[in-house]
Order: sequence, then structure tokens, then C-alpha cells
Amino acid sequence: MSQSAVTASEHVPTAAREQVKIPGLGPWAWARANLFGNWWSTAITLALGYLILRVVFGLVEWGLFNAIWSVPYSATGVPDTGVCQEAKGIGACWAVIADKYRLILFGRYPYDEQWRPLIAVLLFIGLYAVSAMRRFWRKELILIWIGTLTVIGVLMYGGVFGLPLVTEDFWGGLPLTLILATFGLAFAFPLAVLVALGRRSTGLPAVKLLCVLYVELIRGVPLIAFLFMASVMFPLFMPEGVTVNKLLRAQIAFILFSAAYLAEVVRGGLQALPKGQGEAADAMGLTYWQKTGFIILPQALRLVIPPLVNTFIGSFKDTSLVLIIGLFDLLTMGKVALSDPPWQSFSTEVYIFLALIYIAFCFAMSKYSRSLERDLNRSRLR
Amino acid sequence: MQGGGAFQGPPAIVLDKVNKWYGAMHVLRDVTLNVAEKERVVVCGPSGSGKSTMIRCINRLETHQEGRIVVDGTELTDDIRALDTIRREVGMVFQSFNLFPHLTILENCTLAPIWVRKMPKAEAEELAMSYLERVKIPEQARKYPGQLSGGQQQRVAIARALCMKPKIMLFDEPTSALDPEMIKEVLDTMIGLADTGMTMVCVTHEMGFARQVAHRVVFMDRGEIVESGAPGELFENPRTERLKLFLSQILRGH
Repeated sequence: MSQSAVTASEHVPTAAREQVKIPGLGPWAWARANLFGNWWSTAITLALGYLILRVVFGLVEWGLFNAIWSVPYSATGVPDTGVCQEAKGIGACWAVIADKYRLILFGRYPYDEQWRPLIAVLLFIGLYAVSAMRRFWRKELILIWIGTLTVIGVLMYGGVFGLPLVTEDFWGGLPLTLILATFGLAFAFPLAVLVALGRRSTGLPAVKLLCVLYVELIRGVPLIAFLFMASVMFPLFMPEGVTVNKLLRAQIAFILFSAAYLAEVVRGGLQALPKGQGEAADAMGLTYWQKTGFIILPQALRLVIPPLVNTFIGSFKDTSLVLIIGLFDLLTMGKVALSDPPWQSFSTEVYIFLALIYIAFCFAMSKYSRSLERDLNRSRLR
Repeated sequence: MQGGGAFQGPPAIVLDKVNKWYGAMHVLRDVTLNVAEKERVVVCGPSGSGKSTMIRCINRLETHQEGRIVVDGTELTDDIRALDTIRREVGMVFQSFNLFPHLTILENCTLAPIWVRKMPKAEAEELAMSYLERVKIPEQARKYPGQLSGGQQQRVAIARALCMKPKIMLFDEPTSALDPEMIKEVLDTMIGLADTGMTMVCVTHEMGFARQVAHRVVFMDRGEIVESGAPGELFENPRTERLKLFLSQILRGH
């Protein structure tokens, strides 16, 4: 019911809607009504306004006006961080980022070959952008994904087309994070849909039991423990001589883990759908997969976009836990950069830099999900 | 055999001593009903009498536990192929319309013909438009169900079912969820359909509709068929106390 109120208002012409939203005359009337309505709200407005301004000014002063952007280097290339040490507490030392950004972003990938992970990152971002546009939502998109991910793999690994071989032991930083997150969610999502459908199946009790066990077992274990199992215990069970590389093991663990959570989100959507939708499809003679593909999933997934993206964002950040099994993702590379003695005391700057990168990706996801939700629900004017 | 309004013709639907339980609750008791081709049967009864359950057993949205159901010569069993055959020939209209809100009116109507009947898209759209014209809303074809009134939605639901060119139409309280002023437009559509000679089974409390359209009215109570007969005869001379009570209740309500 509340949805109808929201969507109905979208059909009110813009001019009329503005009038409904703001009964007074412009921002001043609004401020007087909402911020300075009585002495109590005036007091709170002033106090909070003062605090906000202080924090903002403090940050700008520290981060911009008093910041140190570069430091002199000795003949042997050792940075002289004296200026930064003096400015500590007064101004930020962005020189640490200027010195270490390539290490943080690309890890221990050979320095001269770092254009390869750079292109990989750009390809990832391009892939996200293309996938986000609804006019590309066709079957060909799957081919674009397979193609792009293959190119990224070849680019990173090398060994062909004159590219020197760089094994995954040297991968790190942002490309590693994006690889774990992208491959992780790309495989976890379809798996999650199947598990959610399996968990609700009535005709196949064995499948249902398997799906329930899978979700409950995986949800019951922390990701760190699961990664440990994948990295330390799994090789013990493999036959002599068979090795699966560490990144792949972490990737599979990550897929299985994310899928269990996503499956529950998808199941929530399936449950929220009125029973009549499936019955109408049944009555028309659609097969199970036609019913699921045309009627059930398109509606169920739309309903759960917010929790779905919530889980996506959570999974994206969870990739940082792979440091526990010795993979060097973005966050871990920040730590590695800080282990360099001259820069040891400038962790704030490094972590702010890392936070900004994470925020950029996560904010893009959440912003996109909101616009998607609005677009997809436009037709649903119930 | 049922008393009253015997309708001549080969059987379209046969229910033979059908029993169904929800746990310990006995919801269908020895229900026996034969519907002939081109016959129109209205099922009425108090709520919880099992009339919806019975009609939903005919296309196996509910499964029965005892007895036989034969639709258009095919018996309903666990056999998926038999079920597919039957569902292809049996259209259903629901109380809550159950249109697909994420598809346009036209897409709602063409989905099953394209995917179940394997009809080319253009042909399916042409067919859908002809049925939308018949239910008098061709101009709404590009809209979404949420943009239509309840009465229009239910008429689309009827057109959607007809697009599969069914031999039998089932109506499960098609006007119960509608505002009073919209009931007539849906009933008129159904009367129009009745004139084409469609085999119809309709659960409804609309006695005027029953009088005008039904060859036979079946009264159900507590999971069993209590009385059945031609509408005039049944309404004027109810033989059982249960039907008398029911008629007095719904007539007071109208």
C-alpha cells in the first residue's frame, strides 16, 4: 500500500509535486519552519551547525591547507620525512601516497609490467559500467563478460603474446580485490538463485535438504575460518601431486560463502511474491523453468534489490579478509606500504586513501541500486 | 447421477468420488460431478464449503487424494505430460486476477501462446489483440496491469486465458474482489463468453448471473455437493435446509 502512495506521486506533474513538497516559499521558509521552529530546535540547529563547521574546517585545514604533498629524497632514494614529522597533527602527509600508490594499487606485480593490472582495473570498471546500462541487458552481455574476464586473466597472467609470465603469487592490490569480488559475485549469484529455488522446491526433498544443509553449514562458519579451511585443510584431502593454487582456493571459498548469504536474500524475494503469480503461470501450462524465468525471478529479484546490494557491498569488503591466508589485496597492500620504516607513522593518510577507494566502489553500487529500483518498479503501480 | 438440468453431450469434466484432506480436515467429501461439453455450471455455497478447492483440483492447482478426475478424456495423475495437456485446454480466471505486474497487458496475453503453444510472436499478438477487443480494452494493450482498474484487470485476465484457446474455462469467484460498480462489466464479458458455447465452471455468488447463464447450479456445503439442478428450480424450491439457509443469507445481503 505504501508503495502505491510513493509511485502514484511520481505521476504528479513536476510543478505540482514541488508545490506539495514545499508549502512555504523557498529554502528560507523551509529553514524557518524546520530548523528554527522554536527555541529548542534553534538551539540544536546552532549547536550542531557549530560542530559540523568545526569538523569540516578542521578536516580541510588538515587535509588541504596544511598538507605536505611531497618530500625530498636522498641520493639512494630514501625519503626524508622530516617535514611530515614536524607537520604531524597539523597537516596531512600525502607524500606517503605519492611515494607508495603504485605499491598499494598493484602490489608486488613487477614494476615495469604494472600497466597490465592498470588496464585490468580499467576493464573491470568498463565492464561494470556497461553492465549497469539497461540497453545492454541482452544475451550478448554474457559473452561480453566472458570475453572481458578472459582478457583480464590473460593480461594479468601473461605467458602469451610476448607478455612475460606473472604468476598469481605476485598479484595484489586493487586488481586482486576486484578479481575476488567480481568473479566471486558473478559465480555466487547464479548459484544463490539455484540454491534458493532448491530450498523452496516441494517435489525434490533430497535437493531441498542439500540446499538447506549448504546454507546453514556455511552461514554457521566465519569467513575467516572458511578461508583457512580452503587454504590449509583442503590441500590435505587432495591426492598427492594435485595442487590447486591459493588464489583459486580462496576464490572458490569466497564464492561458496557469498552464495549462501545471497541465497537467503533471494529466498526472501521468492517468499514475498504472492502465491497467485505462480498459480496463474501453472494454470497457463508454463513449465517450471518458464514460470521461474519469466514470472517468479523477475519479480522476486526486483523486490530484493536493496538487501541484494547490501550483501554485494558486504561481500566486496569481505574480500579484505583474504589477508589471513597470505593474499595481498588492497587493504593488505596498505599495511605492507606502512611497514616501510620512513612511513610507519602515517597510517591515517594511507587508510583514508584506502577508504576513499572502497567508498568509491561501494557508493557507486548503492547509488546505482537505488536508480535501478526506481526504474524497475515504475511499471509496478499497484 | 445429479438431479435436474441434464445436459446432453460428451463429458468434458468428470469428478468421481473425489476426496481431499488438509491434514485432518476433510475438505472434499465424495464429490461427484459431470460437466458435459458446452455445459455451463455455477458452483455456489458458503465460504469454506470447498467450492474453490474443487475447481482448483480440476487443473491440479490442488491435488486430490482419492477418487478420479478426468478432464477432456485425460485423467489427472502425477504424470506431468497429462497435466500439461490438461492445463493447455483449461483456462482459469482467479479471484485476485493474478496478472503479471511486470509485463504489459499484451505481454500477459501472449506469454503462454508463445511459449506453451509455440505460436509465432506476431500471430500471438494479433490473437491477443482480437481477444482484448472482445473484452473491450484493446487501447490498454501497452499499459501495465497496475494502471488498470480492477474490472479492467479481470477482463484482461479473461482475455489472457482465452488466448490459449481453451476448451474449458474455470472461474474462481471472478467478481468477489471487485468494487460493486465493476462487477457488471466482468459479468457481461462472461455472459458474452457463454454465448459462444464455451464449457464453463464458475464459482460465484452472483445469482442473477447464475439464472441467466447457468444450465445447472451446484450447491456445496462442508465439502460435499448438497443439491444440484437448473437455476430456477434450485432457487425457487430448495429441498434442503442448508440451501434454504444459504439462499436466505445471500438474498439478505443483496
